[in-house]
Amino acid sequence: MNTQNCFHCGNNIVKAEEIQFDEKSFCCTGCKTVYEIFSLNDLTCYYDFETAPGATPQDIKGKYDFLDNADIAEKLLDFNEEHTQIATLYIPHIHCSSCIWILENLNKLNQGIAASQVNFHEKKVRITFNSGNVSLKEIVLLLSSIGYEPYISLENYENKKKEVDRSLYYKIGVAFFSFGNIMLLSFPEYFEVGEFWIEQYKGFFRWLIFALALPPFFYSAWGYYVSAWKSIKSKMLNIDIPIALGIVVMFVRSTVDIAMGYGQGFFDSMCGLIFFMLLGKMFQQKTYNFLSFERDYKSYFPIAVTKILSDKSEEAIQVYDIQKGDRLLIRNQELIPVDGILISEKTAIDYSFVTGEAVAIEKKSGDKIYAGGKQIGNVIEMEVLHSVSQSYLTQLWSNDVFQKHFDRKYKTITDTISRYFTPALLLLAFVSFGFWIFRDVTTAFNVFTAILIVACPCALALTAPFTLGNVLRLMGYRKIYLKNATVIEQLAKVDTVVFDKTGTITTNKKTSIIYEGTPLNDYELKLLKNALRGSNHPLSRRLYDFIPNQEKSETSHFEEIIGKGIFATADAHTIKLGSSQFLQHLSENTHKKTKVHVEIDGVYKGSYVFNNQYREGLEPLFDKLSKKYNLVVLSGDNDGERKILEKMLPSKTTLVFNQKPEQKLQFIENLQKEGQNVMMVGDGLNDAGALAQANVGISISENVNVFSPACDGILDATQFSKIGYFLKLSKNAMKTIYMSFALSLLYNIVGLSFAVSGNLSPLVAAIIMPLSTVTIVSFVTIMSNYFARK
Amino acid sequence: MSVIYLLISISIVVALTFLYIFIKAVKSGQFDDDYTPSVRMLFEDELKTKNSKKSKTQIEKQN
Repeated sequence: MNTQNCFHCGNNIVKAEEIQFDEKSFCCTGCKTVYEIFSLNDLTCYYDFETAPGATPQDIKGKYDFLDNADIAEKLLDFNEEHTQIATLYIPHIHCSSCIWILENLNKLNQGIAASQVNFHEKKVRITFNSGNVSLKEIVLLLSSIGYEPYISLENYENKKKEVDRSLYYKIGVAFFSFGNIMLLSFPEYFEVGEFWIEQYKGFFRWLIFALALPPFFYSAWGYYVSAWKSIKSKMLNIDIPIALGIVVMFVRSTVDIAMGYGQGFFDSMCGLIFFMLLGKMFQQKTYNFLSFERDYKSYFPIAVTKILSDKSEEAIQVYDIQKGDRLLIRNQELIPVDGILISEKTAIDYSFVTGEAVAIEKKSGDKIYAGGKQIGNVIEMEVLHSVSQSYLTQLWSNDVFQKHFDRKYKTITDTISRYFTPALLLLAFVSFGFWIFRDVTTAFNVFTAILIVACPCALALTAPFTLGNVLRLMGYRKIYLKNATVIEQLAKVDTVVFDKTGTITTNKKTSIIYEGTPLNDYELKLLKNALRGSNHPLSRRLYDFIPNQEKSETSHFEEIIGKGIFATADAHTIKLGSSQFLQHLSENTHKKTKVHVEIDGVYKGSYVFNNQYREGLEPLFDKLSKKYNLVVLSGDNDGERKILEKMLPSKTTLVFNQKPEQKLQFIENLQKEGQNVMMVGDGLNDAGALAQANVGISISENVNVFSPACDGILDATQFSKIGYFLKLSKNAMKTIYMSFALSLLYNIVGLSFAVSGNLSPLVAAIIMPLSTVTIVSFVTIMSNYFARK
Repeated sequence: MSVIYLLISISIVVALTFLYIFIKAVKSGQFDDDYTPSVRMLFEDELKTKNSKKSKTQIEKQN
């Protein structure tokens, strides 16, 4: 048994804090308690499916008191009737089979729970309970106590369950049903024409085929007619016009053929075509259920906060009911929902959701605190300055870009092609019709319809969905999760990449400073710290904070040489701090690392090395990207790091500092007005506007399951250095599409040569159609996989 | 030969039944979550043999 890791959560155990219980070791009492709960209830099976599947329960004292408020609790229920209540809770920790098992056995822990069902992909558990025996609050507390704390946000309060749209499945089912049966029924006529047996039953077979073709024609293909009609009305010739035209012509001509007894018609090809195209649609609709791309501040903000009434009593109130002048109580780790003034003595506020900066900011009584920060420390009291919608951060969402974003239509590559394809096809059909009409009227109609049938751009329409759908999956395996397939097309068009600084190109992990050289004694440290106090250089400030507190003493002489270092005299000692050049100390090649060298009384002591807080692979990535893209670093911070960034990043990179959230949005908009296609890579809520405005907004996240603002794609932070690869992959995806367009046009030409000469038999159509589909689908799959491997 | 009317009618009815079952299954949400059920079906046995399994793992761990 591995004694190094906690039996429950798998974290490393600090020897001093190790807790032995039941011959197992735990890293903290929290983990032990969970184990105890499970073993008391005979649920230790939990540990059999996965080793160390658990999470340490967090301290949640008072956090869920708002669930006592019946109105708020009621909003969280999906179903509420007398003795049966159903609630769906989102639990971010769900990650393995053990999780499913324990959550589906909740009824063993509490008799009031009737049943619980997990949806693993969505990380949700649906709990059916009896409110007479157990309250929602008790369930939430129970879940939290076993390390499965649900995530409840303002979003739960507003959104009621959306109906899932499953119509595509029905349509495919119906199309496949008809396709299969019609194929079987039309088989005899493919080969044996004119035989007695067939002559006898022909009518029956044909009319049955006709009947079977009705549901796909009227139901499954309906979306194409609607889309074609819309595109005619808006005068944009999209690919759905020739598709709809092809289907309708096939249907009419086949019906005429059957009614007049000319032949069996093309119903088999028609149903196959509808089926394959719907399949392509489904393939493109790859969705990541466990991610949300539409998040705004509501998914971050709590549902309710504690209000302090004038008689000092506390009450949970809904966030929207907060008014100016209210007094609020914010506990440790709670989010501040509105702008306000701190009343309590002091606190620290973590604005990492907003800015990406992980270091908490100290606030004193009377300071203004902004919504979106997380309170760290003891319970604080604050007075409200603005209501939720009026707060500094939330105002960003009143910008138009958040309203427009969802119906902003891009012209897809297929639409571009079909702008030429559709007129050319119609022209060809009419010219051939004109040619034949003077010779033979029947053939003229046959040729006209045959052209429209065979040229129905099935393969053309399938190319983009299958390529993009496949690339979407390939990218998903590599941990970049895109919202939908059109993002890939946009990604391929990008020519400017804008990065946020804090949290995006820097990591959230705190910078560590290491000292190298002859150890310094306390007295020397004191001299150093006092010398640093006078300097405002960012490195000096960081070094000052790093050196432990020392007695204050006056420096008799202090001089700062900008860009070089500090020269100070104190207690008859001289201290020299700064670059190796300044100290005239020749060390090994140091220009890649940030170092501050120390010299006391003319003796070189050593240097403080500032470990890079920038993400791994940042420099190679920028070097690579700078060859093809314009690069911008857009930061909300002051320009303290300009020097370092200038040194690290290619000289072409534009650096912009002091940007407010609205300014970031503006900046992107201005770039777009200059005709650039912008990709924004950001993380915090303050980038939300820029992410929405950019042609492609990619949000970078240390933990993809938890937080990311609304965007087009979520990138796992570990894959940051691969951004270049993803951009290239998207370009190659477009290349694949073009190649496969050429291929499908080839099929169209072969088919058309049959059609123009008036020789298109149902059999030829039935062969060409699936054959071209299969070739196209396999071609694009192979090509995109090949490009992804490169 | 009129048996062919009967046979084809039967085959269509069978196919329609399957279509109906498919649509019903989709409607019930069976295809919404394609992972959890595959894990869940393995659990039933675990519960029954829990005691024997528990002691077995304990023995393993003691070794």
